[in-house]
Amino acid sequence: MNYIVNGKEFDREPAPGQCLRTFLRELGHFGVKKGCDAGDCGACTVWLDGTPVHSCITPAFRADGRDVTTIEGLGRPGAPHPMQRQFEDAPGFQCGFCTAGMIMTSATFTEDQKADLPRALKGNLCRCTGYRAIEDAVKGVRAVETAAPGKAVGASVGAPAGHDVVTGHAEFTMDTHIDGMLHLKVLHSPHAHARIRSVDKSAALAVPGVQRVYTWEDVPRKRFNTAIHTDHLVDPDDTFILDDMVRFAGQRVAAVLADTVGAAEEGCRRLVVEYEVLPAVFDPEAAMADGAPQLHGCDDPFVRDPVHNILVELHSHIGDVDAGFAAADVIHEGTYFSPRVQHAHLETHGAIAWMEDGRLNVRTSSQSPSIAKVKLEYLFALRPDRVRVFCKRVGGGFGGKQEVIAEDLVALATLDTGRPSCLEYTREEEFTTASPRHPMTLTVKLGAKADGTLTAFQVRNVSNTGAYGNHGGETVYAGGAAVMIYRCPNKRYDAYSVYTNTVPSGALRGYGMTQPAFAVESAMDELARALHLGPLELRRRNIVRPGEPLVALHDGPDDVIFTEDGLAPCIDLVGKALARTAGRPPPGPEWLVGVGVASSLHETAPPTEHLSEAWVTLGDDLLYELAVGTVEFGEGTSTAHVQIAADQLGTTPSRIRLVQSDTDRTGFDTGAFASAGLFVAGNAVLRAAGAVRDRILEFAAAHTGVHVVMCTMDDDGVVCGDRRVSLAELVALARARGIRFTAARKAYGSPRSVTSNTQGFRVAVHRVTGEIRILYSVQAADAGVIINPAQVRGQIEGGVAQGIGFALTENHHLDDSGVMVNPNFRNYRIPTYADIPRTEVLLVGSADSVGPMRAKGMAECCINPVAPALANAVHDATGVRYRALPLTPERVYGRLPAEQSVSTG
Amino acid sequence: MDLNTITEVVRRPSERPSADWHEGDAWLAGGTWLYSTEQPDLRRLIDLTALRWEPLVPTGDGLEISATCTIRDLYAFPRPQGWTAAHLFRTSCEAFLSSFKVWNAATVGGNICMSLPAGPMITLTVALEARYELWAPDGSVRFVDALDFVTGDHRNVLAPGEILRRVTVPEHALRKRTAHRRFSLTRLGRSTVFLVGTQRLGADDLLLTVTAGTTRPVRIAFDSLPDARTLRRSIDAVPADVWFADPNGTPDHRRHLTRHFAEEIRRELTAGDLA
Repeated sequence: MNYIVNGKEFDREPAPGQCLRTFLRELGHFGVKKGCDAGDCGACTVWLDGTPVHSCITPAFRADGRDVTTIEGLGRPGAPHPMQRQFEDAPGFQCGFCTAGMIMTSATFTEDQKADLPRALKGNLCRCTGYRAIEDAVKGVRAVETAAPGKAVGASVGAPAGHDVVTGHAEFTMDTHIDGMLHLKVLHSPHAHARIRSVDKSAALAVPGVQRVYTWEDVPRKRFNTAIHTDHLVDPDDTFILDDMVRFAGQRVAAVLADTVGAAEEGCRRLVVEYEVLPAVFDPEAAMADGAPQLHGCDDPFVRDPVHNILVELHSHIGDVDAGFAAADVIHEGTYFSPRVQHAHLETHGAIAWMEDGRLNVRTSSQSPSIAKVKLEYLFALRPDRVRVFCKRVGGGFGGKQEVIAEDLVALATLDTGRPSCLEYTREEEFTTASPRHPMTLTVKLGAKADGTLTAFQVRNVSNTGAYGNHGGETVYAGGAAVMIYRCPNKRYDAYSVYTNTVPSGALRGYGMTQPAFAVESAMDELARALHLGPLELRRRNIVRPGEPLVALHDGPDDVIFTEDGLAPCIDLVGKALARTAGRPPPGPEWLVGVGVASSLHETAPPTEHLSEAWVTLGDDLLYELAVGTVEFGEGTSTAHVQIAADQLGTTPSRIRLVQSDTDRTGFDTGAFASAGLFVAGNAVLRAAGAVRDRILEFAAAHTGVHVVMCTMDDDGVVCGDRRVSLAELVALARARGIRFTAARKAYGSPRSVTSNTQGFRVAVHRVTGEIRILYSVQAADAGVIINPAQVRGQIEGGVAQGIGFALTENHHLDDSGVMVNPNFRNYRIPTYADIPRTEVLLVGSADSVGPMRAKGMAECCINPVAPALANAVHDATGVRYRALPLTPERVYGRLPAEQSVSTG
Repeated sequence: MDLNTITEVVRRPSERPSADWHEGDAWLAGGTWLYSTEQPDLRRLIDLTALRWEPLVPTGDGLEISATCTIRDLYAFPRPQGWTAAHLFRTSCEAFLSSFKVWNAATVGGNICMSLPAGPMITLTVALEARYELWAPDGSVRFVDALDFVTGDHRNVLAPGEILRRVTVPEHALRKRTAHRRFSLTRLGRSTVFLVGTQRLGADDLLLTVTAGTTRPVRIAFDSLPDARTLRRSIDAVPADVWFADPNGTPDHRRHLTRHFAEEIRRELTAGDLA
């Protein structure tokens, strides 16, 4: 056979059942990505004789004798294809994992297809952008700007890795080849609750190529928690790497290590496991009842009430809610449900480990290599200097990679065998075993005076943490944000985080705040209706204003700087935008039209410990090396960090060389989550760059004899009075004296600031089918001082799109035994291009942030008002209140009014 | 995805490949479904595309569509004069959840033999009263009405080793008037219901094909256009267990949508030009 890829001939033969995707990667074309491995996402798109196909569902042998073109062959770095350039300049990507497929698809479009992008792009999923940026890329709209020296902040400069992303040369986690690498596959429990009586490994070990089979007997008997936080004590130690108890369908039972994936899979199939099946409980209320199956013992005192499966219980009482309700003219009470939803980052979890000079090296897809390293040190009793954990570019996270769920197994295998090993999640494993959003049921009771003033505010939150307690406690604490947003003297917040026999919940964009925001913002809308007040007006009367305490769980000292009112302008902007766009006709006579709004507010960093360290060094090549631990997975912090450093150093981003997310090469960084990548790490970058600038200026001042106040940075030189000294000269002089221009600075996630937003929707609801169409979407946000306008817009658009998916299209179906029935993109429908409207993004300038350059991280908060604004708009359109998500047509249609008026009879 | 249990691909099968069929074999056409999910029970793939069957053959009596005809070829088929119903080819291709890229490889026969309720090639061929030609391992050939081929979700009348060779669409069906409605839970998603109504030119009959919402295709035939009540009663007469439950729709919603869209189709075909 004869394989020609990008014009180069290969004599290697694929395996009989091999797909083209893995064959091309074996041949070194790592630009061909795996998003789903099932033909649904399009990330693996390549051309066969110029025709685009999904290489994951193309038999490899079909490429025999045909010309294969991958992203690497479409154009080259420095000489990209026009479509690659357009994606770089739009920019048409965030994490960049879907980008190769988007480009390989878009580059084939006819004019007709360009005119019908919803259809042309329906085979390409992007989870980050919300598709507006991709449309811009396809149409050649450019947003990327170049910044003048010292003017990077405020400009839409491109991502440092942009060119590599669009040319397919950006390395993601699994984009490497290591000789002799072994492969892990996991056998998952078919039972939601069972004791493993025995595992017979013999048949598996007899499979040619199988090296090891690991069960609970082969791992350190140490409990830990997979959640990533600097302070591990905020999560219970309730998890083993492998356990003899399985507490959800999908839990690891055994791991098979083999020479090939195929042998490891066969090994899994040959394992004979004897289970003692135990009663299971899936609903948290049922799990708290007397006599419910108990999931965990009482080994960790962190667990509040193991008999009733209660991990964490919060009871916060401020003022007197009973008196508040007694004083109310109107009381509204409702129970709201937010279901389990999945991050669906396009790059699945994965990790690679190997030994080098006696040290364990782990390359992983994580939001925090620093914390992953700490966990591995603990689990395997390794001295800190014996472990290195690092990330290349990561293909999306959204909180899903704030979890150590791959690194432990590769570390186990490599420490055991001394050989390189890897584990790559399948898309199905993402759905069935990686931690989704906590399902939460919230009962909200609000009391108000006739003028709308809140007199009592009561919330009961029952959260389903699933089988383990990762993020179970912190998310219910975070839920307080939805209580904090409104001023009320009498507040009560009761929360329960409950174990059930379901997949462990975890961190997801909005972290424990999204579900309460849905409940509280829906309830506020219902209260407004009961009061005959406009929903915007009710909010204006009750939102916290600067100078007032931010009260959620306790009324005491806090570390939040809140001196400017960002939220009221957001409400006003959305109100005006909705008024401006009113009066557009509905799609047809069978459509009901309505508008809805919702607001959210939260702090710009987590309440738990959050630390970051940045190092800046002026190198002999006269570039500044910026080393910071923050991972880039599309959140854009790399761009912002470079901008901040360039600004401080009076230069351009092109003179900053970023080194990131590698525990050997960067300082400690808690991780890119809770909006801290900008807020905390950005402050470290700001301070380190500022310190280097000051050193250079002082050195230049001493050298020239001009007072330092007369010295300023000037791109690749320093202006001292009326004289200009080049950096080259200064570096040479400094080197001669043994001086280097370098500095390290740390930043801490306290004090914090507040970010807020308001979302508005106009929707049409089809009175017969239950279909919801979004006619208009607008979000106003207070992101403080904007470091990168294009990125801020992109984050908000992407957050709104993900929120729309969670509210309108995604549905995590379990069968009666707790097994997910739709663990794939074909049946768990994340939004496609066709499903997402354009969102008008309006920004409110505020200057009260204590973040770098007075900026505020806003990539999380933007998702919180989306679902309630939709539900409120649907209520406005139909008169029907939907208190449970998702709002999919089959759940909507049955309660719609006036169907008779278009009766078919 | 890699099908790691496959040990052999028959890339040059005989003209009558069924004769060599044994347990663990699978017919490979486009491969777009086969490679999209784990196939641990398969050992050998037999590549039917190597037989180079002519994709689309107009005959005196209608159109023969080979099982290996790609969706792309079907979509691009130039509609002959007078074949009014042939516009359903494009409509049915557009009903795929998958994009044009998958159409480059996926086949008509593959979609039919997958026998998913939402298979649009099933909708198309049932609505156009097609007949399927099946080849058995013993060399015998049989013909089944498209309506009778799919028996349930992912189930059909194929015996082990039997091949769908071609679909024959009769010319009289291609010359009919049509109306169709499709609904999915997302904008361009997999069909929740997909209905096609056909009517002879100049006549007032109605042949209603209900798919996607039902575990197998349902045909409701009227010699003359029914009134709304009659049509609705005929839909309500579909057995309850035929309405399909999956992540793309619930039985109740599907029955509800079918009532609604069937009525729209009835009205469209009533309102049309009967000349």
